[in-house]
Amino acid sequence: MKKIFSVLVENRSGVLSKVSGLFARRSYNIDTLTVGETNDKTISHMTICSSGSKWEMEQIEKQLNKKLDVIKVRTFEEQNAILKEIILVKIKYTAANRGEILEICQLTKAEIVDSNKDYMIIYLCAEPDKTTGLLDMLGKFNITEVCRTGTLAMSKCSLGE
Amino acid sequence: MTGAELLVKALEKENTEYVFGYPGVSICPFYDALTKSEIKGVLMRHEANCAHAANGYARSYGKVGVCAVSSGPGATNLITGIATAFADSIPLVCITGQVKSEHIGTDMFQEADITGASESFVKYSYLVKNASDIPRVIKEAFYIASTGRKGPVLVDIPVDVLLNEGGDFNYPESVNLRTYKPTVKGHAVQIKKVITQLKKATRPIICAGGGVISADAIDELRTFAHKYNIPVVTTMMGLGIMNSYDELYMGMVGNNGKKYANKAMNESDVLIMVGARVADRAVKQPDLITNNKKLIHIDVDPAEIGKNAGPSIPIVGDAKNILEDLNAFEDEMDFTPWLMSLLKYKQTREEKLESTSKYVNPNELVRDLSGKLDSSYVYVSDIGQNQIYSCQNFIIKDNKFLTSGGMGCMGYSLPAAIGASMHDRNVIAVMGDGAFQMNMNELSSLKALNGKIKIIVMNNHSLGMIKEYQHISYQNNYTMEELGIYPKLKHIAKAYDIKYMLMENMDKEEDMINEFLKADESVIMEVMVDPDAFTAS
Repeated sequence: MKKIFSVLVENRSGVLSKVSGLFARRSYNIDTLTVGETNDKTISHMTICSSGSKWEMEQIEKQLNKKLDVIKVRTFEEQNAILKEIILVKIKYTAANRGEILEICQLTKAEIVDSNKDYMIIYLCAEPDKTTGLLDMLGKFNITEVCRTGTLAMSKCSLGE
Repeated sequence: MTGAELLVKALEKENTEYVFGYPGVSICPFYDALTKSEIKGVLMRHEANCAHAANGYARSYGKVGVCAVSSGPGATNLITGIATAFADSIPLVCITGQVKSEHIGTDMFQEADITGASESFVKYSYLVKNASDIPRVIKEAFYIASTGRKGPVLVDIPVDVLLNEGGDFNYPESVNLRTYKPTVKGHAVQIKKVITQLKKATRPIICAGGGVISADAIDELRTFAHKYNIPVVTTMMGLGIMNSYDELYMGMVGNNGKKYANKAMNESDVLIMVGARVADRAVKQPDLITNNKKLIHIDVDPAEIGKNAGPSIPIVGDAKNILEDLNAFEDEMDFTPWLMSLLKYKQTREEKLESTSKYVNPNELVRDLSGKLDSSYVYVSDIGQNQIYSCQNFIIKDNKFLTSGGMGCMGYSLPAAIGASMHDRNVIAVMGDGAFQMNMNELSSLKALNGKIKIIVMNNHSLGMIKEYQHISYQNNYTMEELGIYPKLKHIAKAYDIKYMLMENMDKEEDMINEFLKADESVIMEVMVDPDAFTAS
């Protein structure tokens, strides 16, 4: 199963390594991990997507709660959350394929945020399956670089706080 | 005050009596400041043993053990001792010196990233950046180490922070950590469920682990068991909770435990696990344990509940509190018929010991020796066959039984025994010739302290447990287990000026035990055991 862990941690040096180290030491998967400061400067917010057995998902939550730098752990399943990811793809294009790339961008609502006579950078902020879909469609072109943020998640308003 | 002086003051506030340590340049400011304090520095001969000694001290006197070593190799050597304490949930505050703040990250001489390296073996760690933070950090470190599920806390202090001015000493009255609020009180609804479940039971059993000792809940557990005549088994870490002469006590469970203890646990219909992890050494297939019984799991660490076996009734909290709450119920229950059937079976399974004339029978020796000990004795066993002989045969009254249960750290017994002997406890350390050779350097610290420890070295000139394992799993392809006949223990004892005794066989066993226990000094008794003997029958 897949699970999303929304983790509030102390905004101190070394905390990211303590949290990621916990996953490594106990052989839990990290599919994606994003981290950033919250509106409170002493607190950072980590979004960790993990997959594994139900037992592993329960253990991750318990072990995260045990870490002394972890303030709060919330978990939710994909259907109960708003999920977003940013992807940047740099492509070396040719006159021959330029039109097709533009068409894909139009179809997926991706933007071209930078370009010159040889390269263009395509940007999309969307649900993770859509960013993956874009990457699949661009796969046949000459991709020189890909950057993804990993999933950002927040529980839906209907679930309250 | 300097950081070092603030550190000493903070330790005084925590009623620290001893700091087990080994100096180096980066921790020297602390030891300099310590000379002005009543706190005694105890110089060990290896850093890992500083943590083992603090461990033995903490377990014997119910306090937080403190050790302080230097940066780099001093700190990395300490890790084995920290990991040993972590695996057994022993409260330690481990202080390490560090290179100057400005040099951190430059691979300076004797620099080691000890907070990073020790991360998975500590309950928490600090890298102190300002001298003025030291009192708060020490207050928090002692609080974290000694509450909830206890464990080691590491405090890494750069040498310049120890030397810098940190202002006046103001020790915080309390600790307020937003991320750390251990659950102490058990949930009332869950506790009530235990009584309800027990009422439906016909064959309940209690399995008590190290958490009961750690929570100082031995009396409460005994009261609970006796109130309803519920039989009790213990894990290895739980040895000492029950008196061997208590008829409710069925002995130690696990692959090295008593057959009748395992049978009793397997046949029960309700298993009350208190302060035990349902770990692989105690329960053969933890995930199957709930197939034919209800599991009630009481533990202070929520992450332990459901980790190895899914309980029917989980209760998170301090064992002492929860058992007190359970003891407040006045329901009529009596499980005497079940107890009687277990006792009847136990009688048929009591092993008859067979002596051989050529060697000392270690089972018999542990039984005869422990039968003569009063409750002031702490019995420290090392790792290997000696540990199995010890925990299978030790006749417990109200003694403390110390061993490295979770980590199985060879060489633990001598330094831990030194820590255990710091006050009024009489101490016996039992080890094999392998473990003895790992840490015999500590005989020097023992002598320097003028300590009186009774040391038994079960000598079979080999790593007996490895041999036994190679017998069972590798078709007797014995390798890397031969230790040879050196060193001659007699000469080692002489080199350290320690009384030496040799027991070659059982002929004069009783007289020798009497002489061994009576001696008003440290003794090394070399006990010759059969190199081909195995613990498992």
